Amino acid sequence: MFRTILNKLNPVELTCGFHTTACLNEVRLLTRLRVVDNSEIGMRAMAEGKPPKVICVYNKQRVGFIGDRVMVAIKGQKKKGILVGLKQTQKVKVPKFDSNNIVLIDDNGTPLGTRIHVPIPTILRTILKEKTHSKGADYTKLLAIATKFV
Amino acid sequence: MAVTLRKSTELFTVAKWLTRRDCRTLSSLPEKAKLASLEVTEKAETSRRRPKKVNPLLENRHAYPEFLPDPNPKWRNSLREKLERADMLKRRNQIDIPEFYVGSILAVTIADPHSQGKTNRFVGICIERKGCGLRAEFTLRNVVDHQGVEVRYDLYDPTIHKIQVLRVEKRLDDKLFYLRDALPEYSTFSFDMDPEILPEGTPVPINPVKVELKPKPWLERWERQELQGISNIEQYLTKKDKVRRELRKTPWEKYDLMKQYRKTIPIEEQTDIWSEVNSQLQQLQLARKKSTRKRTFSAPKTQLG
Repeated sequence: MFRTILNKLNPVELTCGFHTTACLNEVRLLTRLRVVDNSEIGMRAMAEGKPPKVICVYNKQRVGFIGDRVMVAIKGQKKKGILVGLKQTQKVKVPKFDSNNIVLIDDNGTPLGTRIHVPIPTILRTILKEKTHSKGADYTKLLAIATKFV
Repeated sequence: MAVTLRKSTELFTVAKWLTRRDCRTLSSLPEKAKLASLEVTEKAETSRRRPKKVNPLLENRHAYPEFLPDPNPKWRNSLREKLERADMLKRRNQIDIPEFYVGSILAVTIADPHSQGKTNRFVGICIERKGCGLRAEFTLRNVVDHQGVEVRYDLYDPTIHKIQVLRVEKRLDDKLFYLRDALPEYSTFSFDMDPEILPEGTPVPINPVKVELKPKPWLERWERQELQGISNIEQYLTKKDKVRRELRKTPWEKYDLMKQYRKTIPIEEQTDIWSEVNSQLQQLQLARKKSTRKRTFSAPKTQLG
């Protein structure tokens, strides 16, 4: 009560010391993600309310962008996944999602599930094709199990 | 003697009159008079309008907000603005960019090198319009398969094939970012929605729907933004939130003339801009009306055949 009166008397105090810029919603170390495929481990982790945490982002910036490979800690295991939708502000014509979505894959790029039940951005086609090399992992298998593109 | 005096005075007055006239032709006075006459004629045409001094040219600022430049004097450049306006009109001659507002439902088809059919269509509610000139952009939001998706488009993007307005509407607020925290049914629209055509001459309807928010945590402090379109915000607020809202209120800002002035383009500049582009915009509108009439006329023919 006393404090509020004080605040009212002294409105300069209201311009607070800490900054209030909008958050960037970046995918970085220990970000919680949402598994959107129907793999066994992913479904169970989401149902239990223990979504996976990022423990590594495989790029130079260490901030995950669309189509980047990440390692996640899920139900006490280490799994790899591909970011298929981000909360962060995107470039023009690239969709921005309400959650950070991930599809689990194994080391060869084969997805663990058989179906993705949310829309996938079309730009992922080009990005994943560029990331696939003839001898390395083939990430384009992920596109085959998508149900809808936006 | 007296006669010569009289003559000289007459000459003097004549010279005075002439100089005055010259001055007038040099200044912008006659143009203004012309404008006034234009207004009068247009008023006579509409005849429903009240005799109150409302310039019909200025009404364009709601339908085509991107034609007005950014009021910040740092970024003003009259030549660039003029060139941009010409480019915008050129683009509008190429594709039909309809009149829409925040809260309208749009379908945008773009050329997409990433998709299989090389085109991509997205339907959604417009939650934001911003930017001036060729940088004007709008954001569409939809919920697809229980997943909220937002796409930002440039209005004058050359890859846009078609912008279709499925429903022209306004909402109670200028920006609808609160739909991100609202229940998903308020931003769900099916992709095969049919366009709803309003009868000609009706004003743009305002949809008075009030959305229900999901419980906290929210993306922003909606309670501090004086939003009209939220119905159940009070039930989620704590006592502290309410106190803070009261303390943060700025009721004096609506009387701050200087702030208003810095946010807007003055009437004189606006009339210049609108008189420059109005005739072309009117022509485009007429062409659109003609094409819609053709479509409505040809529809029964196809049914018969």
